[in-house]
Amino acid sequence: MTSETIKEPAGTEKWARHKRLEKNVALLGVLAFGAVIIGGIVEIAPLFWIDNTIEKVDGMRPYTPLEQAGRDIYVREGCYLCHSQMIRPFRDEVERYGHYSLAAESMYDHPFQWGSKRTGPDLARVGGRYSDEWHVQHLKDPRAVVPESVMPMYAFLADRDLNAGDQKASLTALYRVGVPYTKEDLDKANDDLKAQADPNGDAADLQKRYPKAQVRDFDGNPGRLTEMDALVAYLQVLGTMVDVNSAAAQEDLATEKGR
Amino acid sequence: MSPHSTYETLRQFADSWGLLTMVVVFAAFAAWPFRPGAREANEAAANMIFKDDDHGE
Amino acid sequence: MESVVARAGVWLAALFVAIVFFVNAVDTGFAVHMAIFALAALAGLVITLTKTNYLAVATGVKVAADQSRYDDDLIRAGVILTTFWGCVGFLAGLYIALQLAFPVLNLGFEYTTFGRLRPLHTSAVIFAFGGTALISTSFYIVQRTCRARLALPALARFVFWGYQLFIVIAATGYVMGITQGKEYAEPEWYADLWLTLVWVAYLIVFVATIMKRSEPHIYVANWFFLSFILTVAMLHLVNNVNLPISIFGSRSYPVWAGVQGALVQWWYGHNAVGFFLTAGFLAMMYYFVPKQAERPIYSYRLSIIHFWSLIFLYIWAGPHHLHYTALPDWAQTLGMVFSVMLWMPSWGGMINGLMTLNGAWDKVRTDPIIRLMVFSLAFYGMSTFEGPAMSIKWVNSLSHYTDWTIGHVHSGALGWNGMITFAAIYYLTPRLWGRERMYSLRMVNWHFWLATIGIVFYASSMWVAGIMQGLMWREYGADGYLVNSFAETVAAMHPMYIARAFGGVLYLTGGLIMAYNVWQTVAGNLRDELPLRQAAYDQAADRPLPAAAVPAE
Repeated sequence: MTSETIKEPAGTEKWARHKRLEKNVALLGVLAFGAVIIGGIVEIAPLFWIDNTIEKVDGMRPYTPLEQAGRDIYVREGCYLCHSQMIRPFRDEVERYGHYSLAAESMYDHPFQWGSKRTGPDLARVGGRYSDEWHVQHLKDPRAVVPESVMPMYAFLADRDLNAGDQKASLTALYRVGVPYTKEDLDKANDDLKAQADPNGDAADLQKRYPKAQVRDFDGNPGRLTEMDALVAYLQVLGTMVDVNSAAAQEDLATEKGR
Repeated sequence: MSPHSTYETLRQFADSWGLLTMVVVFAAFAAWPFRPGAREANEAAANMIFKDDDHGE
Repeated sequence: MESVVARAGVWLAALFVAIVFFVNAVDTGFAVHMAIFALAALAGLVITLTKTNYLAVATGVKVAADQSRYDDDLIRAGVILTTFWGCVGFLAGLYIALQLAFPVLNLGFEYTTFGRLRPLHTSAVIFAFGGTALISTSFYIVQRTCRARLALPALARFVFWGYQLFIVIAATGYVMGITQGKEYAEPEWYADLWLTLVWVAYLIVFVATIMKRSEPHIYVANWFFLSFILTVAMLHLVNNVNLPISIFGSRSYPVWAGVQGALVQWWYGHNAVGFFLTAGFLAMMYYFVPKQAERPIYSYRLSIIHFWSLIFLYIWAGPHHLHYTALPDWAQTLGMVFSVMLWMPSWGGMINGLMTLNGAWDKVRTDPIIRLMVFSLAFYGMSTFEGPAMSIKWVNSLSHYTDWTIGHVHSGALGWNGMITFAAIYYLTPRLWGRERMYSLRMVNWHFWLATIGIVFYASSMWVAGIMQGLMWREYGADGYLVNSFAETVAAMHPMYIARAFGGVLYLTGGLIMAYNVWQTVAGNLRDELPLRQAAYDQAADRPLPAAAVPAE
């Protein structure tokens, strides 16, 4: 390294004071960080405290342990990569999939699964549209039901016991990130998980705490609680919690502003 | 204060002073390299990468 | 001696912690990953103990690294690994493209479904191929532009190999179904924590090298690298705030839910494009294009404006991924406006790169590496025009959820990121291994054409597929009913999916040719071939014809 390489060009005196930015890595870093932080703060922060971000609608409840276990499988298998859960307010989408999605309907979704691509159809309101048998058959061999389908085969879900781990731990984690489970919900989580898929058990208590929870054997194999049970239970609850077409909901949506 | 007015207050600020501030800051940054005397420095910086012919083997 | 003991102690402690987590693991995936961590710690321990110069330690002589040489070991490893990960990523992409055309290729195993392999593909190309290229070239460029040897060499090695470990953890996790279910941010909480550690070390090494520079200026490429490192750190931390269900298990739940989760995710997702795939690669462009063209950047002033406007505007653009969703309107509008404005700095950067060749345009014909760079910039310009267009709500209502988005991403990734990285690899390989040139420039030329034609097939088939999908979904008949069932729109995609896969075959073939070319160059071979441009020359014919020799009629 010769001294020549570090010698600054003529006129150094004149512009030296202007060159602080281009020569000071700390200053450069601080300014560059400042430039990128503004946009994030202005866009994201208000979503947490402007009240009209999430409309208030009746019917939203946390997922039951079985539905949540099914949701975890939905996430695990990467279903969101081909299926959206967000119906946009266009005539064709509303006719095809149902009422457009509300922010409130995913307020307990950790993580959100709105998706970005529809290789397959939107699933935001798939609950109740098909029978359990259809779902099981379709998941096992999609082309047996829909010949044009390009969906992978998920027969292995029916062969595997639902090993959701300790559902109390899962629900507790969800409670800690803001899902309003009660203490009773947490304590009974592991029992609720089994009760919901057991057509012969007593599920009155479960249904009292989780209104409109569907209790039955979902996978056509009552003797066994499988991953298929959980996934179908989740699919069947999607979009069914809020009665979006009720008069009260419609009235509230009509007054919405800023979205 | 109702929630809607929070939204509207913010909206008004964003459409007026917020916008003006951003435009001014942006213009200042864009004008920065054109300040007097910068040409020489910029040329030196642009050519600096050619001083090096040692590729460290 | 103390430092050897201390370093070995740290590795031993890491090994111990990994084993404790392995033993207590509540699920198989977590156990596998802790075993991988344990093996990595063991490797670190063995390397520390065997690579130490005990003679020097015993005699108390400090053997300082030769400060008059650049520290290029990592960059050599980086060039090879970038090539490797590139081929892995392209192959995974081709396979999942074929799965969409021929679903039987999902094979019925849980490990080979599209849902698990798709994150493997995106992470392999973005984080493994792109990330390794960024770390390697940033270490190369920061040394050259600072005229200083890499600061903190041990930490730099931790950054490089620690990042590779992150890739292995992420990739094996996807196949086992370990994901947090957010696109481009799939790795689970412990992989995220590990990456945070690596990334902070990366920032320290990079800044420390800039601080020991011998040049008065911080060259503009380093500005882009610095903002890339800082912003990715911010995005990564905010988007991955997760609560593990068990400290000994792989699963966790994100703190952000629903609409807030969506915005945080796409603020992250879009700026992963903006700062990982754009700012970082622009830094490569600002160094390698002038070097290969042997002329300074067209306008250094423009590069400064480019930098500030790009980083300031990019961060706002995320909500354009959420048009017409349940995200509040004001946020969607902000996202759209800033996305459209973003067109200007993007094209400013493209023009700056292309105009660098002003007066040397003949090199596009004669130098296949320059040609890769020019096409890379052209694709950058194309996709940064397409992006703002697609962020306009009216266009987005058609394009969103369709394959048009996939096509857009790939014209950027295959065209811009891929080609500038190939150019950088071809620039670096002969220099790093002290070879006269690449093994074969004709193979570079082949690679260029295979990649270009591959992209054309990919992008055009996805345009057709996307627009067709969008139009078919919203098509109404005279009777007032929707014309197409969803299944019919899926069937209509089939030929396009095959054309796309064919484009992928070409692109992958180009990548394999590059791998062979790099291998041969490293091995020290030079292919015996004609130079790319040489007019035919016949010395015997190169003489005047004497009048007498003309036959009389």
